[in-house]
Amino acid sequence: MKNSVKMAVILLASTAIVAGCSKKQPEQLPPPAEGSVDQTPVDPNAGTGQIVPGSQEDFLANVGQFGDRIFFDTDRFNVDTEDQATLQRQAQWLARYPNTRIIVEGHADERGTRDYNLALGERRANSAKNYLVSIGVSADRIQTVSYGKERPQALGSDESAWAQNRRAVTVTVQ
Amino acid sequence: MSPIPLRRKLAAFFALLLIPLAAKAQAPAPVPTLPANDEPELVEFDTAKTRSIAVPALVAPAPADTPAGNSAALGRQIAEVISANLRNSGVFETQGPNGLRAISIGEVTAPAFAEWRARPVEQLVQGFVRVGGDGNLTVGCYLYDVGFGTETTRLGFNVPPREWRRAAHKCADAIYSKLTGELPFFDSRIAYIAETGPKGKRVKRLAIMDSDGANHRFITNGQSTALTPRFSPNYKSILYLSYVDGNPRIYVYDIDAGRQRLITQSRNPTFAPRWSPDGQTILYSMAVAGNTDIYKISATGGGTPVRLTSSPGIDVGGSFSPDGWQIVFESDRSGSQQIYVMNADGSNQRRISFGAGRYATPEWSPRADLIAFTRIAGDFRVGTMRPDGSGERLLTNSWQDEAPTWAPNGRVIQFFRTAKGSGKTSIWQVDLTGANERKLPTPVDGSDPAWGPVLP
Repeated sequence: MKNSVKMAVILLASTAIVAGCSKKQPEQLPPPAEGSVDQTPVDPNAGTGQIVPGSQEDFLANVGQFGDRIFFDTDRFNVDTEDQATLQRQAQWLARYPNTRIIVEGHADERGTRDYNLALGERRANSAKNYLVSIGVSADRIQTVSYGKERPQALGSDESAWAQNRRAVTVTVQ
Repeated sequence: MSPIPLRRKLAAFFALLLIPLAAKAQAPAPVPTLPANDEPELVEFDTAKTRSIAVPALVAPAPADTPAGNSAALGRQIAEVISANLRNSGVFETQGPNGLRAISIGEVTAPAFAEWRARPVEQLVQGFVRVGGDGNLTVGCYLYDVGFGTETTRLGFNVPPREWRRAAHKCADAIYSKLTGELPFFDSRIAYIAETGPKGKRVKRLAIMDSDGANHRFITNGQSTALTPRFSPNYKSILYLSYVDGNPRIYVYDIDAGRQRLITQSRNPTFAPRWSPDGQTILYSMAVAGNTDIYKISATGGGTPVRLTSSPGIDVGGSFSPDGWQIVFESDRSGSQQIYVMNADGSNQRRISFGAGRYATPEWSPRADLIAFTRIAGDFRVGTMRPDGSGERLLTNSWQDEAPTWAPNGRVIQFFRTAKGSGKTSIWQVDLTGANERKLPTPVDGSDPAWGPVLP
């Protein structure tokens, strides 16, 4: 347990460095939203230091803050090197829990039309899925779902909010 | 009746007054101008068509109670609906029933023309409401040309009391058609998505209403997100997208039975459902391994889907031409969303939009002559172009106007408007000329309107 906490700290630090170099990372990262649609219910053991191995909480602790998601440029769906680093950390965790399945949720910002955004969200979710498969995660373990522009994470109508909302989020199926 | 409306005459008069005054002013200040791309598109507004019309309360010669209220009250309510329909069309200036005296049954067929001429008013609608032995209403509707002192048309409708609004819409439709030469559209319905809740947790319910917002009814309870409904041409069912099983899937909802079924058994997401004009075929979009294409399938169920597009990009949406032979759709195969037309079998795909920005949500007019769309160039605006892509015009100018849907007569366009920041949505309509933009009354926020045909 102690080790995994240490690892989480290291990963957090490295995420911050990567974020600092990035051009496309949102300027403001969202606060861990209460009742966010991207988060599974908080583990009852949370706060007691008892993270259940293989749980969503364990996943989040291991991939680092916002390591559960990758971000996209406007109208794009490509996985760049920074996204690859994020997905590699997800894959490392998934390799430790080979029976855990995941759903990759694809999202778009509000500045697109509804139907097109559903298609775009699906494309983004599949981009993340395809990369995970290319580095060894079994395709059978990965489902995708598009929410288009229906579930924004950041609620503003500005570039910063839109950048946070153009995302593919990995959620473990418990 | 002067061919030049009073309003225009007055404007010309004031213009003449103002020019000499401006000339006397000192050194001309620089004329403030908008940046070129902020100038609104100019649209024509045929003010000469504006006519004044009076609608006194319909007479109830023998007032009687009905399940929808007393027939005398219904006579007034029917006149209110007729008056509101005509006024909201933007073509008429209406008077009444409020502020007009009650008329006698004898006047219905022998109007007091001299009195109406003196108001002044150009057209007059009178009528009666009778309760028959079977409990049904008979609604008489008469249109008179006040200037000539002649009857233009008369119609009678027999309806159950609960459908009194339909008689009013039919009467208004007859008057509108007679006086404008356009096809009717008031007696029609709208399916849309009713929205509540904060931006990050929007509750979206399927709902239906009459074209004027009346007879509103929620169909889904909001536990799962519903999107993009479309009434079937016979109004018996509604196609829409639901996340009820956790994934975006198209269902066809049977209104009378209150049941729904998937249009196709697939593990892939399906969205953007559309009916063919004859109701026999359903057009939809499906993503396979992230790649979205357009398919069609028989509306009766069973059947094998036919794939109509195969580009590696996003091909999505679509709308049949009224004759059913062609489909207009959107695709980003060129690198950005643009509008394309193809034959209904998928052949002869060709791009028709070439203006600045992206083009989305094409909808073919029921009159066949135009295609409405959303243009994305910074803001979202609703516009029209001919089916060959020529004659593009933008009708609205707001932060985010999206997803046009046509009135059954191809004369009015509804769309939804999203507010910057709050994400609140509302349904609006605008005349084909860009004039008479107005918000529709809905009990909560509204998006994704879909206008059905004129009811039989």
